[in-house]
Amino acid sequence: MSDRKTLQIQRMSAHPGPIPGTGVQRDVQVCKLVDTTTCIGCKACEVACVEWNDMPFGATTFDNTYQTMPETRWNFWNLIKFNEHPREDGTVQWLMRKDQCMHCADPGCLAACPADGAIVQYTNGIVDFNQENCIGCEYCVSGCPFNIPKLNPGTKKVYKCTLCSDRVGEGLEPACIKACPTGCLKFGTKDDMKFIAEERAKQLRDNFGMEKAGVYDPESIGGTHVIYVLHDATDPERYGGLPKNPTIPWSYTVWKWLFKPVLGAFALFGGLGVLLHYVTVGPRRPQPEPPNKEGTNGNGD
Amino acid sequence: MATAIERFDERARRRFESLGRTVVYVGELRRHPVYTRFLHWMVALFFFLALFSGFGIYLPWLFRWFTPIFGGGPLARALHPWFGIFCVFFFGLQMLNWLKPMMWTPADTNWMRNLRGIVSGKEKLEPPDTGFFNAGQKLQFWEIVIGCVVFLITGIILWAGARTFGSTLVAISYVLHDVSAIVMLGGIFVHIYLSTIGEPGTFQAMTRGAVSEPWAWTFHPAWYREVTGRDPRESYEKAREETERAVTQNPSESKLRSK
Ligand code: HEM
Ligand code: SF4
Repeated sequence: MSDRKTLQIQRMSAHPGPIPGTGVQRDVQVCKLVDTTTCIGCKACEVACVEWNDMPFGATTFDNTYQTMPETRWNFWNLIKFNEHPREDGTVQWLMRKDQCMHCADPGCLAACPADGAIVQYTNGIVDFNQENCIGCEYCVSGCPFNIPKLNPGTKKVYKCTLCSDRVGEGLEPACIKACPTGCLKFGTKDDMKFIAEERAKQLRDNFGMEKAGVYDPESIGGTHVIYVLHDATDPERYGGLPKNPTIPWSYTVWKWLFKPVLGAFALFGGLGVLLHYVTVGPRRPQPEPPNKEGTNGNGD
Repeated sequence: MATAIERFDERARRRFESLGRTVVYVGELRRHPVYTRFLHWMVALFFFLALFSGFGIYLPWLFRWFTPIFGGGPLARALHPWFGIFCVFFFGLQMLNWLKPMMWTPADTNWMRNLRGIVSGKEKLEPPDTGFFNAGQKLQFWEIVIGCVVFLITGIILWAGARTFGSTLVAISYVLHDVSAIVMLGGIFVHIYLSTIGEPGTFQAMTRGAVSEPWAWTFHPAWYREVTGRDPRESYEKAREETERAVTQNPSESKLRSK
């Protein structure tokens, strides 16, 4: 019952000055590992997510695939994406990818967010939304390379997967991990998960004839705290909405942190400029002005 | 089309003139009718409301103290687009109202060549062919027209968000919306300065709607000629001689004035 939080914040959206809690606590980088080669599309993780987070049982959409709905919703954070990949020999391969927040090391949502403390990143790498600070602008939606944050139009607050920060903070694994029956989902430190993922990819390359098997942990956003083992790491797009080189739009990086303040200051210099004009050159008065001390009447001659 | 707009403006001006009034004293000229003044202050009001509610979203770590004025972040965010819509709406009417006097003429090109002399205060009188609006005012007017169009388009995209328009379009609009605000804000500083302390006697043009004759022959000589039929330079010379005579006849006046 102390007010000491289990999870300390290392980054906070739109926050002036240092981040409270910096350096209070040592923490490991956590990571979720999703092995797409052993996912059987059973949706146990979807149900576990809905159960643990007490989300309502919303209507699903059937579109002749094994996918529950077209994309995640503000109150449905974990979706198994289903894609059919035509092989060269004419057969098809079923691809199941667990879609959820990737918990980027460089979160685009956090960079885009203009509300103080609406988006935070904990020292363990989890990116979390604090709805009480959210102003409902949806900039995070356009800052996210994975189309993850979703707005509740009724309350104008944005929601997404929390990586079960409430469970992880208590030393438990996320609900989806606990539910997975095949062991395709694993949770641990980033180092451990990366090691296991690379071993598994090597196994797929050496023993299963998947020469292009590899790990998805995109460097372009500093790596992610959810990583995938893919049958073909050279073409992540085929898994539906997994960009090869995810990036944050420069509007929320260079523009936001450099040009906005600099150009804004220029506009304010406009105010300074007119002030200086007033005290140096002075106002222009309707003519003729009354004669001044030197005897000229101020019309320039 | 053009005549339909004119008829609309005519009707609006007449309607507003019966609601308010413009008193023109002796030695003054009527400058802006009630309709124009009403639109101008509606634009200014909603412009500043939009500006201040936008500040907190523009640079939150610097301008977070603006948001409480509007009842906190969520409310500021919810109100901001409406302020903007109203600002653009009123300016749209103002644009129609002012379309004619804001057309660019050769006199304006001439005025721009004299800009240095005017800013440095060396040219006390505007070029004789300066009409109802000078080139600086026209430039600002057209900047605001373009700015309003950019605000409106990018604002709607940001309002509906990436759900409707996709991330790329939102990211681009985010930048353009800022650019429009920065340019307009810089211009507004100059505008407020010139229409208040920078050129004394101007402010009343937008409040009471009337200006003094010396103001008119100094800043808008061609307009002065148009409405009075008198030559602005002659009127000015006559006034100058009169002040000088008054001063030589009554030297204590000059001592008083020069204090
Ligand atoms: C406190 C703020 C403001 C003051 C004191 C002010 C004052 C004035 C005055 C006195 C005029 C008449 C000039 C003349 O008759 O020659 C004028 C014209 C005008 N105002 Fe403002 N204004 C203000 C804010 C704004 C804002 C926010 C906008 C638009 C966003 C605006 C747009 C215009 C335009 C387009 C004109 C006509 C062209 C010009 O004179 O530059 N004004 N204003
Ligand atoms: S909608 Fe997203 S970007 Fe906007 S305040 Fe909320 S969390 Fe931040």
